Amino acid sequence: MAGILQFENVGLRYGTGAETLSDVSFSLAPGSFTFLTGPSGAGKTSLLKLLYLAQRPSRGLIRLFGEDIVTLPRSRLPAFRRKIGVVFQDFRLIPYLSAYDNVALPLRVGGLEEREIETPVREMLDWVGLSGRSNARPATLSGGEQQRVAIARAVIGRPEILVADEPTGNVDPEMAGRLLYLFDALNKLGTTIVVATHDVHLLSRVPHSQLMRLEKGRVSDPTGALRHPPRSPDDEQP
Amino acid sequence: MLPQRKTAGPMPWVIAIMMFLMVLTVAAGLGLRNASSHLRAGLAARITVQIVEADPIARVRQTKAALQELRRISGVTRVERVEAGRMRKLLEPWIGTGLDTRDLPMPEMIDVDLSTEAGDQAAAIADAVRAVAPSARIDQHAQWLAPLDQLLGMLKWLAFSVVFLMATATAFTVVLAARAALDNHRATIDVMHLLGATDLQIANLFQRRIALDALFGGALGFAVAGMIILLLGQRIEGLGSELVGSISFPAAGWILLILLPIAGTGLAMATARLTILRALGRIL
Repeated sequence: MAGILQFENVGLRYGTGAETLSDVSFSLAPGSFTFLTGPSGAGKTSLLKLLYLAQRPSRGLIRLFGEDIVTLPRSRLPAFRRKIGVVFQDFRLIPYLSAYDNVALPLRVGGLEEREIETPVREMLDWVGLSGRSNARPATLSGGEQQRVAIARAVIGRPEILVADEPTGNVDPEMAGRLLYLFDALNKLGTTIVVATHDVHLLSRVPHSQLMRLEKGRVSDPTGALRHPPRSPDDEQP
Repeated sequence: MLPQRKTAGPMPWVIAIMMFLMVLTVAAGLGLRNASSHLRAGLAARITVQIVEADPIARVRQTKAALQELRRISGVTRVERVEAGRMRKLLEPWIGTGLDTRDLPMPEMIDVDLSTEAGDQAAAIADAVRAVAPSARIDQHAQWLAPLDQLLGMLKWLAFSVVFLMATATAFTVVLAARAALDNHRATIDVMHLLGATDLQIANLFQRRIALDALFGGALGFAVAGMIILLLGQRIEGLGSELVGSISFPAAGWILLILLPIAGTGLAMATARLTILRALGRIL
């Protein structure tokens, strides 16, 4: 079955160094929830970069939404990127924009009018518990607050795939729970979720999730679900 | 989506200086062109006929014949014999006031103005005058002031070359400013790219910023240069010199000067857009 995302023998090399990722092959079903784990330096962030189209692989094939993105013309990348929400490990909030404007950025980039933006942005800020901080600049927000703004920005555009790099690294357990609840809710609406994390306890909080483990740039598939992803509910027609 | 600042570094001030110099240079070029065409029109259409004859009777006879012939020629708009009193005044610096010019075999002088169309027929007119006054010598004023006319022409082209060089330098300034802006905002650009922004969306942000800076610099440079041109115009008028006074600035020239900051802004926008799109094209 064709997944929403397929990697086949993907390798990634920076410059002339050794391969950071080697022979990575897996497939993600639409609407799946995948945790990506592995020790530091295993290549998790590099794999995510390939996922959110910040990097092209050195070799192999990547198919995203049914298209080969390795050879995809550069001019078509923005349309693909708009379908992917990203929570960066270092948040990458724009420092001179308020929390409100940071969250509104994907909608503005998508060409929405200001009157169409305000309600969803206010709702999203309210959801992540920052409705009272909408005018605050990132420098005046705590690490946890910045992370929540980053998450709000990643999900506001209702992406088809949400990629999060250590999204709960800077928040307390209660907020981590709420964020996972948000991810789960998005997942139930059909968003494919990939979360890179060191926190193995998160896995138990999303029972239907699958696990992908990276070690020394190679992927292992402990559950076997990556090679043979489960059918999505839409496929289960009589 | 970019930080709000009044001006982005030194670029607006560099553009202001460039625009100030450009406006002054274009004004000088236009003034010289005006002077050049003024001189050409005035001089090409004027000749002086000298009757160089030692015999006073023959001199007077030939002068009358020449005057008659000149008044008959079509294209001659004015014929005026230089009176003895005016001749005496003209010669005073050399011969003083005590000498009776009647004792000197002075040539008779006739000032002749031609219509603009007849200016090119000066040689034919000279031939016609010599036919009735063999001692006549014809001075075409244009030939005496031709080197000055050429110099003014050269200065005019030099002015426009300088403007071209300054416009090029301004464009390079914008290229450097655009590259610096891209470097300063590289993190923002990366995030915007990853959120799905197109190169054009990003270029528009920078282009708008650079256009505003260029407009500010251009307007400032134009305003200061404009005031200087007005002041210089007043001073030149006050001199009362026909030659210097011919370096007047044509009123229509102001339209060209006003177009300069607008063109400068357009040049800055186009340069910024090209620079940014080329730089973004090298990023994934």
